[in-house]
Amino acid sequence: MSVAETDLTETEQGELLEEPHRREPRLPQEEDRAPAPSGESEDIPVPPGAPRALLRSLLGPHKARVVLAMLMITVQQAALQVGPLLVSYAIDRGIPALRAHDWGPLVAVTAGYLGCAAVATLLQRSFIRLSGVINQAILLEMRRRIFRHAQALSLDFHERYTSGRIISRATSDVDTVRELLNEGLQELLSVILSVLYIAVLLVVMDWRLGLASLASVVPIYVFTRGYRRRSQIVYRRSRTAVAQVIVRFTETMNGIRPVQAFRREAANEEAFSVSNGEYTDANAQGLLSMAQFVASSRATANIWITGVVVWGAVLVTQGSLELGVLAAFVLYLRRLFDPVDQVAMFLNSYQSASAALEKIAGLLAHEPSVPEPGEPVALPAKPEDAIPGRAVDFDGVAFSYRTGKQVLPRFDLRIPAGQSVAVVGATGAGKSTLAKLLARFYDPTEGRVTLDGVDLRELATPELRRGVVMVTQESFLFSGTVAENIAIGRPEATREEVEEAARAIGAYDFIAALPEGFDTDVRKRGGRISAGQRQLVAFARALLADPAVLILDEATSSLDVPGEQAVQRAMATVLAGRTAVIIAHRLSTVEIADRVLVMDQGHVVEDGTPADLIGGTGRFARLHAAWRDSLV
Amino acid sequence: MPPAAAPAAQPPARHSATRSLLRLWPYVRPIRWFLTASTVSALLASLSALVIPLVLKNIVDGPVAHHDTAGLWRQGVLLLVLGLLEAGLFGLRRWFVARPLAGVERQMRADLYAKLQRLPVSFHDRWASGQLLSRATSDMYTIRLFLAFPLVFLIVNSMVFLTGIGIMFTLDWQLALITVLPAAPLIILCSYFERRYSAAARLAQDQNGDLATVLEESVLGIRILKSFGRHRTMAARYRAQAELLRETELKKARLLANLWAVIVGLPELALGTSLAVGIVQVAHGSTTAGTLVGFLSTALSLRWPVESLGWLLAYSNEAATATDRFYEVMDARPADSEDGPVPDGAPERASARAGARDGIRLAGVRFRYPDAPADSPDLLSGLDLHVRSGETMALVGLTGSGKTTLTALLPRLYEINGGRITLDGTDIREIPRARLRELVSMAFEDPTLFSASVSENVLMGAPDASEEELERALDVAQAQFVRALPEGSGTQVGEQGLSLSGGQRQRLALARAVVGAPEFLVLDDPLSALDVHTEALVEQALRQVLAETTALVVAHRPSTVQLADRVALLADGRIAAVGTHHELLESNPEYRELMSGERTGEGTEDGSLVR
Repeated sequence: MSVAETDLTETEQGELLEEPHRREPRLPQEEDRAPAPSGESEDIPVPPGAPRALLRSLLGPHKARVVLAMLMITVQQAALQVGPLLVSYAIDRGIPALRAHDWGPLVAVTAGYLGCAAVATLLQRSFIRLSGVINQAILLEMRRRIFRHAQALSLDFHERYTSGRIISRATSDVDTVRELLNEGLQELLSVILSVLYIAVLLVVMDWRLGLASLASVVPIYVFTRGYRRRSQIVYRRSRTAVAQVIVRFTETMNGIRPVQAFRREAANEEAFSVSNGEYTDANAQGLLSMAQFVASSRATANIWITGVVVWGAVLVTQGSLELGVLAAFVLYLRRLFDPVDQVAMFLNSYQSASAALEKIAGLLAHEPSVPEPGEPVALPAKPEDAIPGRAVDFDGVAFSYRTGKQVLPRFDLRIPAGQSVAVVGATGAGKSTLAKLLARFYDPTEGRVTLDGVDLRELATPELRRGVVMVTQESFLFSGTVAENIAIGRPEATREEVEEAARAIGAYDFIAALPEGFDTDVRKRGGRISAGQRQLVAFARALLADPAVLILDEATSSLDVPGEQAVQRAMATVLAGRTAVIIAHRLSTVEIADRVLVMDQGHVVEDGTPADLIGGTGRFARLHAAWRDSLV
Repeated sequence: MPPAAAPAAQPPARHSATRSLLRLWPYVRPIRWFLTASTVSALLASLSALVIPLVLKNIVDGPVAHHDTAGLWRQGVLLLVLGLLEAGLFGLRRWFVARPLAGVERQMRADLYAKLQRLPVSFHDRWASGQLLSRATSDMYTIRLFLAFPLVFLIVNSMVFLTGIGIMFTLDWQLALITVLPAAPLIILCSYFERRYSAAARLAQDQNGDLATVLEESVLGIRILKSFGRHRTMAARYRAQAELLRETELKKARLLANLWAVIVGLPELALGTSLAVGIVQVAHGSTTAGTLVGFLSTALSLRWPVESLGWLLAYSNEAATATDRFYEVMDARPADSEDGPVPDGAPERASARAGARDGIRLAGVRFRYPDAPADSPDLLSGLDLHVRSGETMALVGLTGSGKTTLTALLPRLYEINGGRITLDGTDIREIPRARLRELVSMAFEDPTLFSASVSENVLMGAPDASEEELERALDVAQAQFVRALPEGSGTQVGEQGLSLSGGQRQRLALARAVVGAPEFLVLDDPLSALDVHTEALVEQALRQVLAETTALVVAHRPSTVQLADRVALLADGRIAAVGTHHELLESNPEYRELMSGERTGEGTEDGSLVR
């Protein structure tokens, strides 16, 4: 059951993903408050018709195959439904003929029956294969689109939408659609076709009995609709309840240390029992309404069969109906009503699949707010002897959240090539926003950010990323070896270069000490890597990428002093000449910068060399004095 | 699922499916009568469905053949009663077990949850929480479904099948023989394909897990991928994985196609043959038309019991696996049973009285993680440390030296492999866990908040603490932002509430540790995510708390070290030096390097000061 597994990752990982850059106490009316809703609620609107358009565009390339598959199932069902008709023919024609020593009809019937059986079997086989090909192509394309789209969507979207929900779009929602495609659709097609064929056959064989049989559609439809309504309510209830169960469960398991350290076991069990009970109730209710539906629809079907059979028998005794036709009716009627239960099952999977498709369509319909340029421009080439850094310009830049809350009022800032700038300030001063504008994680609301005079919005992604690299506080490691994790900075790097980068940042020793050195899988046993070590790996990655502009967003928070100094040494040697923007709350980091910006509520309030500011009387001087005191 | 979980998830040994399923008995026992009632209903319903063709035969052969209208009504009423009975019984079958089965699922899940909470942290280290969750959700669901359907229908369908064959043989043994003959190859072929199919299905599940892993990482690491412009590399990886999955799914489809061909084809073949033979018999007068109708009708209603055998067995296998997975956790030894032999009580107690205010004492403590490679050295190898009562001791050391691990030993989140730890003279293994964890309050490096209100999260540390104590703790941690939240300290936080920044969470975790004035306080780098300004304020407030308690504080920074009376330097699994900050700065080059970053000369091994 991949559904549950993915749901879990949703909650499991959600926690890891909390935005590290937001630090100030946040009030609900503020835009950047993560909604962190539970389970179902979605905050991106689904444009009307989007699910249908998505379906059309997915099916489009397979039109011919779809038509062929429909044709196959149509013929297959026809062949399958001929059986009772042949039985009727055999009884009414074959028996008298045989008594007259005419074997013709019997041979014809037998050949027909076996032939139809063969056709039905072969077509069934081909249909399943063909629909498998179509379904898998659709699923592959859907997965690919979700993945690529999720990667293209800008960071602000990821922050709002939360990782868990994106993951569940591409996993549990796709799985739901797959279930419908694999089992539901084929079943539905068969059921619809068989009901249609049988209906036609019944009416053709005897219109009175036929129409009487078909009248059963009315009550069964009513029951089905009622069931569908009830099951929809139950379905929603159980979805919400299971989300609760999953959240409580993963929260406990991921936080088992505090749970045990603070003796929460009993209280947790009580809380879990409530969610668990809620889920149980919803389940039981679903089972009960299913029981009710099965009983009532079966009863209706059986009443109808009885009525038709009795009336048919009367007609036969009166001589206005042939015995074989009655026999065929009896056989067909049971086939007609057999799929009622299946329809109920199908309704359930259809319901969840259409909900899933809607969510997927909503995600895909969301436009990336940081789009790729239509006609990318290249960065100006660097002369051989120039320093590797590039100049950065914030040109009349202002930034507001979508709701209009202003974070950075209009400002200008010029960072010459090769300068390292430290940005300090209280939480919420706008430091991270400044960094994110430079990394083009966001686009400014007004003005432009340029790199050597080129607007960031005009740079193709590969070009931009050769120019600007950002290392954040978050130190996520991808599954794979340590070496592979470092190589993300430059996939074509050789092993020597990877090790060199690790050495330059002071990470070589601890990596070499891991059970398999650089080839240690970070997710496997023995790969216990501390927060500080992860940050060093992240730095090695940036070192390997060797960008023109390096942004460090609180990237040293978990490092100890030697670690931080290794980073500073690397900045002074390997990364010398690069433009650097360093956000840090450790003033030791600030001291090595060429220039310090002090920010407050979106404004740059102090700007100068560290020495000037320390010597002055401003905020930075006061902060610095306090910090110096703490060192002695 | 991250593949990391795989080794732990491997069942130790597969025993037979029946043996596994029998382990469900304790949970099934309370509802055994409901299950029996359900089975009986299903059996009766299926049997009445079997009788219906017989009534049809009677109608054709009796009233229809003899123009007997009165007889027709009798048979009609019988048909109706049987039909209603079938419907009602099928409904009842589900109704009997709906609530009881949901209850079984609930009980099993509650037991699993309770068990997991009591398993030691080392168990949780081995198991990815996803593996545990799938046991609590999808495996439970599989087991419930097994009890609801396969269990009941394995019994019912076999009986129906036998009864139906009996009826057919009574009606016409020759036709019956023709119809029954394909049953054997049908079952054999079904189980052949079923086996191969479930192997492919398992492979598909694994590949699905790998695919999900790539996806998860690409989303969780989105900042890194965007920073380095690596999303194309990732997309190529994802596509390759997705195509692997598609291959397997196509293989599944091909197997399914063959399976269905067998399921549809063989019975039709038999029916066609028996139809031809039946017609000949009717023509020769050795059987009646009604018998033929009844026979074919019966044969049709036996199709499902035969077809279903394959998947009923497959599902039972799956349920057996689910049961095994459930018991893998339930059979694990809880923390209490991992207790080593408690040292002889009498002298301990005596020393407890003697050292009433002895503080925290670690003597010869050895520790290694249970999953550490066998050839790696112990993480802590004979560590001695004494934190005097009322003292605050800072613990410093290089990243990866085992500081965090050491803190987890005090409340026995992990069990030491050797030596002993005493609190005021009492061995921690002698103190009941609950009491021990009441005495020792912790703030973890990674501040975890639970889906509950702020005050519930903070008061986890001391459930009986008063409102004032809560306020004081929030003040100490500089968590005044709580008052600006929509509902103050009643605001829901965590996964299902307001999400807070790392710094805010860290301050709440600190408040949680200090609330209710614990006797022993363990803080793991409690200020790492705070900005300079807040850090200074927290330090100031924390000083007062630390003055009244015995504390061990892991520190990375000089500023945090300043909180402590003395500092212990952890290196190579032992305490290398203990002293005040200034003493160590003076005397210990390693410490000096750690705190100030001033190197004692590049590459010099002798530690001589080059300055």
